[in-house]
Amino acid sequence: MFSYILRRLGALVVILFGSSFLLYNLSAISTDPLGDLRTSTAENKEYLILALTRELRLDLPPPLRYFIWLRGVLGIFTGNANFGLTREQEPVIEAIAGAIPTTIRLVAVATIVAIVLGIALGITSALRQYSRFDYGMTFFAFLLFSLPIFWVAVLLKQYLAIDFNDFLVTAKISPPWIIFFSALVGLFWATIISGSRRRVLMVFSGVFVANSIFLSFISATEWLSYPRLGPITIFIFSIGIAYAVTYLSVGLSDRAALKSNLLLALIGVIIYFPIQSLLDSNRPRVGILILLAALLISAVSVSFIFARIDRGPVIRTSVITSVLIGALILVDQMMQAWRPYVESDDVNYRPVATIGQSTIWLTEVSFWVRVLDFAMHLVLPTLALTLISFAGYVRFSRGTLLDVLNQDYIRTARAKGLTERTVIMRHAFRNTMIPLTTIMVGDVAGIVGGAIITERVFAWQGMGTLFNKAINSFDLNLLMGVILFLSTLAILANLIADLLYSALDPRIRVGAGK
Amino acid sequence: MARKRREVEIVNDANENAILNKETEGLSQGQIVLRRFIRHRAAMISVVVLFTLIAVVYTSLDWRLGDEKDPIVIPGWWKYGFEDMPELRYGADCVGDSIGCPTIDAVPFFDGDGIALGPHPFGQDDIGRDYLALVMRGAQRSLLVMFIIGAIAATLGTVIGSLAGYFRGWIDAILMRLVDFIITVPVIIIGSVIGFHFGNKGAAFLALLLGLFSWTGLSRLVRGEFLTLREREFVDASRVAGASNRRIIFKHILPNAVGVIIVSVTLLMSGAILLETALSYLGFGVTSPDVSLGLLISNYQDAFTTRPWLFWYPGIFIIIIALCINFIGDGLRDAFDPRQRRRLSRKEKANARAMANRSDLA
Repeated sequence: MFSYILRRLGALVVILFGSSFLLYNLSAISTDPLGDLRTSTAENKEYLILALTRELRLDLPPPLRYFIWLRGVLGIFTGNANFGLTREQEPVIEAIAGAIPTTIRLVAVATIVAIVLGIALGITSALRQYSRFDYGMTFFAFLLFSLPIFWVAVLLKQYLAIDFNDFLVTAKISPPWIIFFSALVGLFWATIISGSRRRVLMVFSGVFVANSIFLSFISATEWLSYPRLGPITIFIFSIGIAYAVTYLSVGLSDRAALKSNLLLALIGVIIYFPIQSLLDSNRPRVGILILLAALLISAVSVSFIFARIDRGPVIRTSVITSVLIGALILVDQMMQAWRPYVESDDVNYRPVATIGQSTIWLTEVSFWVRVLDFAMHLVLPTLALTLISFAGYVRFSRGTLLDVLNQDYIRTARAKGLTERTVIMRHAFRNTMIPLTTIMVGDVAGIVGGAIITERVFAWQGMGTLFNKAINSFDLNLLMGVILFLSTLAILANLIADLLYSALDPRIRVGAGK
Repeated sequence: MARKRREVEIVNDANENAILNKETEGLSQGQIVLRRFIRHRAAMISVVVLFTLIAVVYTSLDWRLGDEKDPIVIPGWWKYGFEDMPELRYGADCVGDSIGCPTIDAVPFFDGDGIALGPHPFGQDDIGRDYLALVMRGAQRSLLVMFIIGAIAATLGTVIGSLAGYFRGWIDAILMRLVDFIITVPVIIIGSVIGFHFGNKGAAFLALLLGLFSWTGLSRLVRGEFLTLREREFVDASRVAGASNRRIIFKHILPNAVGVIIVSVTLLMSGAILLETALSYLGFGVTSPDVSLGLLISNYQDAFTTRPWLFWYPGIFIIIIALCINFIGDGLRDAFDPRQRRRLSRKEKANARAMANRSDLA
């Protein structure tokens, strides 16, 4: 295995060498940095052309220029890499290093949301094959597949930013909208639930009424203008999380897991009070760390208290629950920053941002307001990216799970009397994850590529912007820097996908030729 | 009692199976697949919609064949060509002082008139060109790009993926390094280089070159499928029975992998339209004076608040095309999958149940 990885890494260097040589020459031949100058009417035209030729070494043929560039890049092995300068005389490596965090922030959130939502809905869809929900989900996924990303972006800007910001000024939901939304949510759940017509109707009306009351409450208390979770809501949500995670992970029949998860929900609320002052102090990062550490430690200790034997699954479940509860407390913290954020002069009651990655001139504000600012700028681009890649996960996880469910060993599992939950979560879902992992890892590079367009639409200053700038200003050094980064990412992702595939599926022997 | 019910359930299951088996008695694999496909309602609707759309789109504009000076003109059903510039309607002709507003009236009775197309149903662009003609031309281009990319990528991806997955060893190593080589190069970069050099050579050529670079994802998927399938018992069985590599690949493994291939090819084809859109948006796709749906959207995305129709119509066409392709792919997947069971109609279910209950009494 080790020699296999070494061989692949060796191949990586060779491939990068080949593809960069090809691309360098292709780009060098197909672009003409002097084009603008030739047609210009400046008096010192000849001089300018000469100066640029000397600066970019245009007197040398492209292959030679490539090796000059390569000598600088190979310095990476001796510790002094030189990726050249951009046209603005900035080192390429610095330009890229400045852009990476922005792109990662954009891509990471979108990917995670897409994977979690996509797999959850895809699996539900497969379990309810040929139901109304399945048809609806299929249609929705295909609709998303068919949307050009900047077409969606323009729609999102109009309806989710401009119109939604207008709505937030009053934050009053009118009765027709309440009825509409509640009917929508009711329909969603009614299509998931299977059973007699009577049961479906019960579910629909139940959800409809509950949702209507909920929305009326939100509208009446102006919760959207003054959002806050508070300890009681957090406690209720935590109990919900405890039940849900336990059910999905080990089943409610595992009393030890259920007890430790419920106790965790209580511990979460108790921690909530002392942690507030720490989070509000001027060292909020320490507060976050302490919060998570406290939750994790209590997760492990409650598992040890309740579970005498077979502690592994219980610990796993508790850890998941504790992380989710921690996230709830942090979300509450961000909500407390909502008023100062919305009321600040620069935001001026228009919280959903359409352009840029942060409000640059937002100074002298607390840590949480800044975090909230990042979050509000992330909303639209993330939504656009998520909508596009989420459909793929829905379709793929549905397809794979259906394939797995038709296998004989699933029938065997059912026949020996295992509960449906165990069959689905343990026998079927885990095997579904094998092809899904490959797709996920392989997708990362693709999503970074997709971010190029998203960044342009929403005017983010990330890798995509660098790439566009490099192409449009014939900046070869910058272009090669970006390409080299993306290529390395793509190859590494592929290598990881291969290794994961063989690690997850013992039948697959990777790198074994004979 | 519960045990009794379970027995009835088992007999019921067997009866349902019997009903399904009876249907496929004496049919070839192809006939079964065709039957299943025809039964897939969404796919059949999509086939009808897509072919109607293709027919409408390709017959809308005049075809000029032969040499440019003296072409043979086959007239289309729409009166304007995409290069004609009729007078731009504005001011009093339009509602709300907009420029080149659409004249389509699809809502009868609401404003007194019936359904009417008017002179410019989809409106006009900045210089008066009829937007319906532009959208039709754009759809022609986008469909062409899509089919070329899909065909090339499907062929290359399947062949290369199966060879790598089946033979493993050095063939796999070489082919997969080739895949790595191409995957490392972002498609948008290839597109922009190609567009810079060959943008004037037309959409078909652009699509051809793009197709040569978009098979990699599919080949990896096919390879993965082959890696799993080749270790399965039925492959061992056929090898022991003396089947050749070719026969094992095409007769035994490929039919089992065909679902994966078809689903990803359809995704690839709808992705091809979006790729073309993206390239046009960046300025490296189909270039003016030719039009594509992507180019139309990117030209008029800023006009959304004032003249939304310039933004909506090309987008709707893209969505319809991509949706149909995806649904057809879904239908094909279900049809090809040998393990897929059809959902019985209520009547058939009742039959099976009645039979099961009767056997229970006896």
